[in-house]
Amino acid sequence: MATFTVNGERREISVPGSHPLLWALRESLGLSGTKFGCGVGLCGACTVLVDGQPTRSCQFTVDRAEGTEITTIEGLTADGPHALQEAWIEEQVPQCGYCQSGQIMSAAALLSEGAPTDTDIDTAMSGNICRCGAYGAIRRAIHRAAEIQAQRDATDSTPVGGSDDR
Amino acid sequence: MKGLSRRSFVKIGVVAGGGLTLGIAWKATSDPGLPETDATWAPNAFLRIDADGTITVMIPRAEMGQGVTTALSQLVAEELDVEWGQVSFAFAPAHDAYGTMVTGGSTSVVESWRPLREAGATARQMLSAAAANRWAVSPDEVTTRQGLAVSGDGTTIAYADLAVEASLLDVPQDVLLKDPSEFSIIGRPVARLDVEAKSTGRAIFGIDAGPPETRIAMVARCPVFGGTVRSFDATAALAVPGVGEVVQIESGVAVVANGYIAAKAGRDALLVDWNEGQAATLNDAEIFAHLGTEARVSGRTVRDEGDTAATLASATSTHQAVYRLPYLAHATMEPMNCTAWVHEGRCTIWAPTQFPNGPAIIGGGARQVAAKAAGVSADNTDVHTTFLGGGFGRRAESDFVQEAAEIAGMVEGPVKVIWSREDDMQHDFYRPASYHELVASLDADGMPEAWDHRMAMQSILERLMPGWVPGTVANFAGKRDPTSTEGASDHPYAVPNAHMTYAKVDLPIPVGFWRSVGHTHTGFVVESFIDELAHSADQDPYAYRRSLLGAHPRHIAVLDAVAEAADWGSPAPEGRARGIAVVESFGSYVAEVAEVSVENGRPRVHRVWCAIDCGTVVNPRIVQAQMESGIIYGLTAALYGEINIEGGRAVQSNFHDYQMLRMNEAPTIEVVLAPSGDAPGGVGEPGTPPIAPAVTNAIYALTGERVRTMPIRLG
Repeated sequence: MATFTVNGERREISVPGSHPLLWALRESLGLSGTKFGCGVGLCGACTVLVDGQPTRSCQFTVDRAEGTEITTIEGLTADGPHALQEAWIEEQVPQCGYCQSGQIMSAAALLSEGAPTDTDIDTAMSGNICRCGAYGAIRRAIHRAAEIQAQRDATDSTPVGGSDDR
Repeated sequence: MKGLSRRSFVKIGVVAGGGLTLGIAWKATSDPGLPETDATWAPNAFLRIDADGTITVMIPRAEMGQGVTTALSQLVAEELDVEWGQVSFAFAPAHDAYGTMVTGGSTSVVESWRPLREAGATARQMLSAAAANRWAVSPDEVTTRQGLAVSGDGTTIAYADLAVEASLLDVPQDVLLKDPSEFSIIGRPVARLDVEAKSTGRAIFGIDAGPPETRIAMVARCPVFGGTVRSFDATAALAVPGVGEVVQIESGVAVVANGYIAAKAGRDALLVDWNEGQAATLNDAEIFAHLGTEARVSGRTVRDEGDTAATLASATSTHQAVYRLPYLAHATMEPMNCTAWVHEGRCTIWAPTQFPNGPAIIGGGARQVAAKAAGVSADNTDVHTTFLGGGFGRRAESDFVQEAAEIAGMVEGPVKVIWSREDDMQHDFYRPASYHELVASLDADGMPEAWDHRMAMQSILERLMPGWVPGTVANFAGKRDPTSTEGASDHPYAVPNAHMTYAKVDLPIPVGFWRSVGHTHTGFVVESFIDELAHSADQDPYAYRRSLLGAHPRHIAVLDAVAEAADWGSPAPEGRARGIAVVESFGSYVAEVAEVSVENGRPRVHRVWCAIDCGTVVNPRIVQAQMESGIIYGLTAALYGEINIEGGRAVQSNFHDYQMLRMNEAPTIEVVLAPSGDAPGGVGEPGTPPIAPAVTNAIYALTGERVRTMPIRLG
């Protein structure tokens, strides 16, 4: 039994505390966007954000989730596509697509720290296996998402009707 | 509804994750008709047009990343004259209207090229005729564009508004297809239809499918290949909270529970006494010793031109090499799984399968396998194909479908079998291990005069088709297996005296189709050996190949294209060298250059250039993605891939000991599309074969060390 917030909603689940969060999300909460890949934290397919940190949900037990805020692919944004999702579509990243929820969640944590370098991408993304080998596209899309994010931030910080560059 | 499209002949492509299409015309026993549909109008099995304006292409192939949902929809949309944004897709049900529904051999576009264009063109012609009727004009006066029928005076009617009237018309027997110069959707990098779903977590894979009340099953299988259950004790398993039933099935003992973790705990608690069988002492050393012996003593001749033996005997010197390649697992990101429900005499399957429907003579596809396992007829079995989290040939097998259907036949309610990663890696149908001995002699100019190749490996075809009618497959009846020797028995280099033998070896390791099949090993062997000969002749490996490919202009064209892209003649950056390779497979020609350094005794691949001629390009962006994908897949195998056998079981179990290439190791890849304009070739597999030899050839150029055993281990 544990209570935590998932995608902004308070949820109570009644599975044993030793169970991995992954299966609680998928089976108890019906959030199937988070994927099972290896069960031992080596592939990254099950990555979610726990209090903003990218976390392998197959290795994170339900009792540790008590009181945390969890974000899954389904709740990445409250409204409209995330900059990453926009970039993912623009760059046509997914092939089979199975690893992509995990890739995007790892990338979301990375992007929240600002525009990444290639080295930052290597460090943050090498825990996520893509068996289709979409690494080049993932790298391009993360850079593109950083641009989209920067444009959005610029728009958000522009006073209404106050833009002088149009 | 009238005007059904009839197909009395179904082309059988042998169960293939790749490899071959044996192309045997198979007379269907009865007219299969069309799948049931609630469409406003389904002019044929591939298309439905609804009054609400939706236009849906029915996809009879598996989407496992290769973009088939998009490419096949492009074929229909082009001839139907609709805008790309107007088209959506649905996975076709397993039905004989689609013939043998197997996705393998990189054949989806190749085999759909005409039928799906005809499906679109037929519908377009009927919609035009319906509009002409309504306007009381000649059909010649009606044109179409963007999902509209257009009259001479510019009046338009949307296709959706013509669907009912079109459905009353006779289906034309001859339709005119567009000239390629008229294409506006084929050949364009249109957006994939599955990308949004796959970027938002909404795509439904097999592991996500099925009714909400579905329970989970895990199966204990004998760790030794070929072993069976002697007895089992389920007491402790049944005591695990959430476990419902424990049942014995053909592959082992299944534990059914209310969730994955309970099923796994139940399986852990299960006591099974295995009869491990005859494989229990088998190991790698024995396997490779056996392969080597068989290669030398028992091979059947599969190529014989000139007099190779005499030429070699009289040669002043020969060049010899032995190559060894290991078993490989597929390691799809989504582990094997399948959901089944046997209810009121019907069996319903939700499966990520490359083979939903197939003829009984080769054991059938998922539908036939499930029907047999559940004890119902195929007519009472429905297969819902989901997205596949990778396939690579593994999901052309139906073992996981059989398990689900067997269990579902024994318990109440829907059941989903899920394999752990360890299950998946240790109970695969592996790329066969192989052994190759080559010897060649060169003439005074350094050109190969004689080339002898003796290879040994297990036959994939024999495992798949033990009951195959003798004589229907000439090669197989002669103990040949083109899925073993393709790419080597027919390599393109001009050699006046060429001889090859294939020893079909019997071993109890399950083997199957693995992305690019025979070419995974023959591409490495042939492209390594030709490189060795080039160096032996003290010639540039690119120029040497080129001079031996006079009869193969498409090989030369991609070699030239990749050499130009990589600036082959220029020196590589300090500490790096480049290697080159070219392989034709599945109707496409691919040349690759790899730029490699060695760091801490390990190769590092910095850059890869790739040129592909796949004849006609349907979607350049997808072709590019498939080349990148095939290269990473092949590079992963070259750097890491090895399934070892000890005690008759697979040693590797998860990604710690069966490593995958990751972001920080991924090379920069540049793809050049060099289409010849010929008929489309495949793209799912052809990117894979050239990369391993391109890398090892680069290692030789850099270090002088010739890598002849996979995976690459230096020093």
